[in-house]
Amino acid sequence: MSNEGVIYRISGPVVTATGMKAAMYDVVRVGDEGLMGEVIELHGDKAVIQVYEDTSGIRPGEPVLNTQETLSVSLGPGLLTQIYDGIQRPLPTLEEEMGVFITRGVDADAFDLEKIWTFEPQVAVGDSVVGGQVIGHVQETETIIHKIMVPPTVTGVVKSIESGDYNVTQTVCVLEDGTEMQMMQKWPVRTPRPFQQKYAPDTPLITGMRILDFLFPLAKGGAAGIPGPFGSGKTVTQQSLAKYSDAQLVVYIGCGERGNEMTEVLDEFPHLIDPNTGKPLMNRTVMIANTSNMPVAAREASVYTGITIAEYFRDMGYDVALMADSTSRWAEAMREISSRLEEMPGEEGYPAYLSSRIAEFYERAGRVETLSGEDGSVTVIGAVSPPGGDISEPVSQGTLRIVKVFWGLDAGLARQRHFPAINWLNSYSLYPQSLDQWFRDNIAQDFPEIRTQVSGLLQVEAELQEIVQLVGSDALPVDQQLTLEVARMIREFFLQQNGFHDVDAYCDIHLQYQMAKAILSFQESAKSAMAGGAQLNDVVNVPSRSDLMRGRFEKGYIDIINDMVKKMTDEIADTVEDN
Amino acid sequence: MTGKEYRTITDVKGPLVFLNKTEPVAFGEIVTLRLSNGTIKNGQVLDTSDDLVIVQVFEGTSKIDRESGVTFMGDVFKLPVSTDLVGRILDGAGRPRDGGPEIVAEKKADIIGAAINPYSRQSPNDFIQTGVSAIDLCTSLVRGQKLPIFSASGLPHNDIALQIARQAKLKDSDEEFVVVFCAMGITAEEYNFFRSDLERTGALENAVLFVNLADDPAVERIITPRLALTAAEYLAFEKDYHVLVIYTDMTNYCDALRQIGAAREEVPGRRGYPGYMYTDLAMLYERAGIIKNKKGSITQFPILTMPGDDITHPIPDLSGYITEGQIVISRELHQQGIYPPINVLPSLSRLMGSCIGEKTTREDHKSVSDQMYAAYAQGRELRGLVAIVGEDALNERDKQLLDFSGVFEDKFLRQTRDEDRSIEETLDLCWNLMSSIDTKYLVRLDQKWIDKYHPDNKA
Repeated sequence: MSNEGVIYRISGPVVTATGMKAAMYDVVRVGDEGLMGEVIELHGDKAVIQVYEDTSGIRPGEPVLNTQETLSVSLGPGLLTQIYDGIQRPLPTLEEEMGVFITRGVDADAFDLEKIWTFEPQVAVGDSVVGGQVIGHVQETETIIHKIMVPPTVTGVVKSIESGDYNVTQTVCVLEDGTEMQMMQKWPVRTPRPFQQKYAPDTPLITGMRILDFLFPLAKGGAAGIPGPFGSGKTVTQQSLAKYSDAQLVVYIGCGERGNEMTEVLDEFPHLIDPNTGKPLMNRTVMIANTSNMPVAAREASVYTGITIAEYFRDMGYDVALMADSTSRWAEAMREISSRLEEMPGEEGYPAYLSSRIAEFYERAGRVETLSGEDGSVTVIGAVSPPGGDISEPVSQGTLRIVKVFWGLDAGLARQRHFPAINWLNSYSLYPQSLDQWFRDNIAQDFPEIRTQVSGLLQVEAELQEIVQLVGSDALPVDQQLTLEVARMIREFFLQQNGFHDVDAYCDIHLQYQMAKAILSFQESAKSAMAGGAQLNDVVNVPSRSDLMRGRFEKGYIDIINDMVKKMTDEIADTVEDN
Repeated sequence: MTGKEYRTITDVKGPLVFLNKTEPVAFGEIVTLRLSNGTIKNGQVLDTSDDLVIVQVFEGTSKIDRESGVTFMGDVFKLPVSTDLVGRILDGAGRPRDGGPEIVAEKKADIIGAAINPYSRQSPNDFIQTGVSAIDLCTSLVRGQKLPIFSASGLPHNDIALQIARQAKLKDSDEEFVVVFCAMGITAEEYNFFRSDLERTGALENAVLFVNLADDPAVERIITPRLALTAAEYLAFEKDYHVLVIYTDMTNYCDALRQIGAAREEVPGRRGYPGYMYTDLAMLYERAGIIKNKKGSITQFPILTMPGDDITHPIPDLSGYITEGQIVISRELHQQGIYPPINVLPSLSRLMGSCIGEKTTREDHKSVSDQMYAAYAQGRELRGLVAIVGEDALNERDKQLLDFSGVFEDKFLRQTRDEDRSIEETLDLCWNLMSSIDTKYLVRLDQKWIDKYHPDNKA
């Protein structure tokens, strides 16, 4: 059999070819227009192909050509600041080639192959090198040094190494055995890139969102799921994470979501400044946008394209954060392809392998010792869109079984305009134990204890609210009324955060701790004032308390918060004398 | 291939015809069927292989037998488009329904429609004033947005849609919208209502109607919205019109989708709807938007009735995940005799933030909107409490909020079907209504707006 076959059948994005030599996951070119596809099933001499572009107008009998390669991404300088579709074609290039509507049959290089980069070698002739080793670097953007690594499968002794200006396809290093290395390499998307070993995560990914960092922290190299019904703020949360988290690089996958949302990100990111480096956010970002009406097979591939790029930067020793919005659309793409293949379905029509695919994807997260001995991480944050907001469905359940952090978005909170609408009662993080040491060493010795007190108060409030629903808050004893007031302060002052406010959108972790302490100071001083005979109403209404709460919208809050707390406790103490 | 007629039908099942032994037939190709009695029907290829071709017949398969002739037209489904479309009424398959001549095509456009490159889109940020206070204040509509009405049977969603179509305009501009109206499986009565209203106001001259009624073939409903959107895209992106697409009822569309899925023996997803319904709906909704360097725009206003008033039903649920917000109609308000019965609490416009404020509406819009919403939400919550503990148990603040929730519904929501309130009128009305609440409880209002707009300070 040859590499060329003919189309036998077309059913939507699934095409069957006959007479072609094919192996699983080979990339093929389908039809006279050469549409890109991938072999996903073999049946005798029939190869079943999922096609990444629209198949209308294609006929049986047209040729199919097997490239013998697996679906791969191009990796090298030029990746950053790009915006790709699901199969790594840059959207600006597609616009040049096809106009504003995405048609088909166009190939595009993942980045400019002609662009000249200044390559600075880090090895010398005669050095022996192994897979993953850094042989040199280029300054890709202001903030990111792109390290050029030996492909993972290559080892040898350096015969020659260049220095100076080259493009990504020119050879910069030759080994004794004749292997030539360029700055660009390829890697198949469905195969995780190798590393030496996985470590337990011990550093938090600081996001600047109080409810996440303080109550439900995520570790660098960890995995988190954000399920929520529509309108609960999944995308806003994901975008905030992309903007403010202290990862060195961000890969943002818009998987089967709204076109206008991606446009918003594209408009906004070049103008936003990374709070950690002071440079434009775009400099550390790679974006993948396969919107809901773009081909469904490319949507299926988009998460793999994204995570492979993330792993590549991890191998350079960077901390990478990957946001996938939304993994439910990815799962639906699998379901659609699976039903075209007439596979026996599992739950709700999803393929039986759904949960193992989800697990495999999240397992590609992790903090690792790279092949070159460096410490790098990929943190994965996946949004889930459960139908009707009911997380008993297969995608949510498959995700929750594997991730260690669950940020549950809540429609009720969103309706009350409590944002971020993350439910503090059912969300969880399994990382505190491994991260507490970091918090003690870097923020405050009593950080974990303060956290326990805050979440304890919220629990008590939930119980008290049930009674209040029945009898009204006035029927409670005053100490419980105070507890409600403190919990309200936690919710409105601490948990609520305005993602669109210049100052409030990002809250320093030290400030988070100070704010939590301020709430507990209020509780403390109110309790003792009331024990001395003060009225709850007077205590709650001291003017300095509302000043304290409003202060979080002002710059330089961290410098004055302690004075404000002091003023508040003094005023509360004075309420005793007034009586 | 065109012209060659096959008589190789093997099976007919629901809306599908199966035939074998054909020349290679393209996926998506248009098919003409000639029945023994001379009737002509149209269809489209859903699955094609050397041995078997599956055709979906738009007009239903009644009277098709194994003797019927099948001709493949050699092309995918295309709509003849030209500016002559404006002012015309077409049926669900794009044929004139108004007795007028065939459309003289300037070009033929593929009805499937390609995805707009996200990189080529422009973020929508032009505020559309609908003249309906609840929408303008709380769920502001933006040019290029897709904002569905989530309604249910027996509610006046049609009146609201028509009122919006009549009144929608850019603030301080006379630029009008061309309305593309797409009816899917609605009753003749509803259609007449729409049509006579458009006629009465003269809007019909500025509209294109695609009409598939309840007794028209269900399968045809699959292409009706695609025809409407193809016409809309042509008018917007080639002829610089601002187009408002109203389609009703999406629920009928989804049911037609389910019917085809069932006939193909596909594995169903939730409630029997096909697993690809999300993608399919996205192929419609995502055709809204604005494109860089093009003057026109497409704004979509889909209407869907939630079966059993259930917002978690797959149709509203999947729609809500794609559209940029939703306007929810409430049966409770309707039964209280309030028009328009819009429940602002679950309603949302995702693009609102980018289109309101000093430059576009008024500086206090955001602040007023937040306060009105919060006060009403609290007032509504208190109604529940009052039912248990009685009104006497409320403190002063809660009493004021409780009263306000009634005023909100009676004075703010309620307006007549031809009342066109400007955004300034709406905002001034809000300030008047909010003055019934003590200023100290209006915590979401900026002090500077209270100083400037509160009736106590204005006098």
